[in-house]
Amino acid sequence: MWQILKNRWKQGYRTLKFPEEALLPERFRGRPVLTKGRQLDLGRCLFSPDADRDQAGEPVVYSRDYRMAVRRREDLILTGEEFKLAEALDKNMRKLFGRSLKLRAVCAGSCSGCDLELQALNNVIFDLSRFGIQFVASPRHADGLVITGPVTKNMELALKKTYEAVPNPKIVIAVGACAINGGPFEGSPEVNNGADTVLPVDLYIPGCPPHPLTILDGFLRLLGRIEEGRRKGCAR
Amino acid sequence: MKNEGTYSLLRNTGCIAENKIPITQDTVLFVDSVGKRLQEGYRMIAYFGRKVPEGLKLYAILGDDKQGRLCVGASKAADSFPSLTPRYPQAHLFEREIYEQFGSRPVGHPWLKPVRFPGDAAGGKPIPGDYPFFEVEGEEVHEVGVGPVHAGIIEPGHFRFQCHGENVFHLEIQLGYQHRGVEKLLETAMPLRVPLIAESIAGDTVVGHAIASAMAWEGLAGSRVSPRAEALRAIALELERLANHVGDLGALAGDVGFVPAAAYFGRMRGDFLNLLTDLTGNRFGRSHIRPGGVAFDLPQVLAESFLVRLRRLQKDLSSVADLFFGTPTVFERMDGVGTVSMKTCQAMGLVGPAARACGKDRDIRKDYPWGIYRFHHLPTVTTDEGDVFARALVRRIEMERSLEFLLSLIEHMPSGEVRSPCGPPARDSFSVALVEGWRGEIMHAVMTDSAGKTARYKVKDPSFHNWMGVALSLRDQQISDFPLINKSFNLSYAGHDL
Repeated sequence: MWQILKNRWKQGYRTLKFPEEALLPERFRGRPVLTKGRQLDLGRCLFSPDADRDQAGEPVVYSRDYRMAVRRREDLILTGEEFKLAEALDKNMRKLFGRSLKLRAVCAGSCSGCDLELQALNNVIFDLSRFGIQFVASPRHADGLVITGPVTKNMELALKKTYEAVPNPKIVIAVGACAINGGPFEGSPEVNNGADTVLPVDLYIPGCPPHPLTILDGFLRLLGRIEEGRRKGCAR
Repeated sequence: MKNEGTYSLLRNTGCIAENKIPITQDTVLFVDSVGKRLQEGYRMIAYFGRKVPEGLKLYAILGDDKQGRLCVGASKAADSFPSLTPRYPQAHLFEREIYEQFGSRPVGHPWLKPVRFPGDAAGGKPIPGDYPFFEVEGEEVHEVGVGPVHAGIIEPGHFRFQCHGENVFHLEIQLGYQHRGVEKLLETAMPLRVPLIAESIAGDTVVGHAIASAMAWEGLAGSRVSPRAEALRAIALELERLANHVGDLGALAGDVGFVPAAAYFGRMRGDFLNLLTDLTGNRFGRSHIRPGGVAFDLPQVLAESFLVRLRRLQKDLSSVADLFFGTPTVFERMDGVGTVSMKTCQAMGLVGPAARACGKDRDIRKDYPWGIYRFHHLPTVTTDEGDVFARALVRRIEMERSLEFLLSLIEHMPSGEVRSPCGPPARDSFSVALVEGWRGEIMHAVMTDSAGKTARYKVKDPSFHNWMGVALSLRDQQISDFPLINKSFNLSYAGHDL
């Protein structure tokens, strides 16, 4: 017992204040910045300096900005203009899900990188449940699906069945480059090139894999709990 | 690289002209010779096919762990070849894979079932779930099926338990849901894309697979990497090992219901991932390892900060691990559960911490050292019990060894260019690279054709060996212990399914 208390005291309080304390290291590769006239599909971006090229085949420069989630696939086309982050759900859906959102995660061919970052949201640093968002064990208990992976041919049926098991109204969130456009597996005959080739998607969260903060920011924007870099509502 | 009967001898990361690999024309003789070597204590590192104009060519890579040598031999196979599985079960999945990929039948294979359900152009292919499961019959015998979509945030796979009450007679694991066609993609991709695909084979082993892939390419190109780049690769690899091992201890703590340790270990996993982010800009070390070296250096300021943080983590780890391993209820919950005997470990060819927990001192860093591990030796950690507790303990001690290694390495960083150009691959050549990832032995073997293009790219994740270990460790166990046992192995579905 003393051991437990001593350890508890030593560990201290670790939970990150969000978004105030969401700072990332110098080398972190966040949303690329483009000058006017250039264009890049963030949905196909792998955040790899070796591979990411704009429409003219030029390398890109990354910012440390982790905020990248959008509502529509076409909003992921990055230009020199202002980037349009995800808008909140409509009033009715916000009333239903705004303060309590239960999600079922389905891995459909991801390398598990994105799944690990979803799991990390449950740790003491990110502590997702303080925002009223939880991952549940059954699709029947869920308000929506979080899909990772390009949707392999072998997972397509299982994914569709899981989607059907979620009660209406429901939302679908595609997490990571694979779930948006196939990622590094784009074009393989064994995969579909992303979740929206199979199901309607309400929120796209880019990254390979997206940082837990990118995912958290996306979830909260969808629920209308965050605007202009500030959080609305309860929870510290 | 001298010929030894029907085999060529290679070192880890070695390269050989394809026509120097001895071919045994008679398939039966070849399979016999493989069996003879396995009998002598060699280990099946890989056994795979390659389509050639004349038909199918079989390659075997056998490991002589004591000498640190890889024996490579080849043969031609028509529509069948004799199965080794009845006598050497470690061959079972390799033979099933050859059958699934090329249609050549291992005659006498006791359970010739699908592995990954790859698609074929003709269509009408079976999908996962359409699988001939073993069945147990009798009074009070029942079946429990779980997956592919599981309760947690994990990858898909199907587990079928044949039970008598709470007792498990047999567990059969059917995977394939994660199949993305990785090998074919690696064979056809532009060279620039290859490292990105390799990094996405298993998302928790980004660095391990990236190093194996890069070394196989460097082998083909005959290019060398500076000692500094080798050190920077090892730093990333050990950080990956630390993050995963501490994460696994946290997950085990969670599964036995010991919440404080689950929270603290979970937080420490993040600390190791943050170190990797500081070095590489990505929490899993993506875009760091490239043929010819690494992308990111460790400047002095960062090195000093790494030393401070690693020393702090060393202390933290020790106090939380003392709490976890010193709690009697935790010990009671893990002791004697999910035991794998040394005999089973040998027969199935288990690798990594799962094998070391059975007392087998198998570690590529020691047996086939590459890069900086040729000069820095890490003591190999083994325990004898082979149960969940042993697998947890091996992880704890391996972390301590890794931390000591990292601290001494960062204090004395070698010099050199971090990245130099890697030339074009040699034509008609064969190169193989092994890496001890946190889960065990990773292998990438690459073959080029007469134009220097990739003709065959064979990947093996340690999970390919170890999934059968999970299945066998469940025998005569309580079905409710499955999550704990599964977590103690923590294998990759994507790494198996490719």
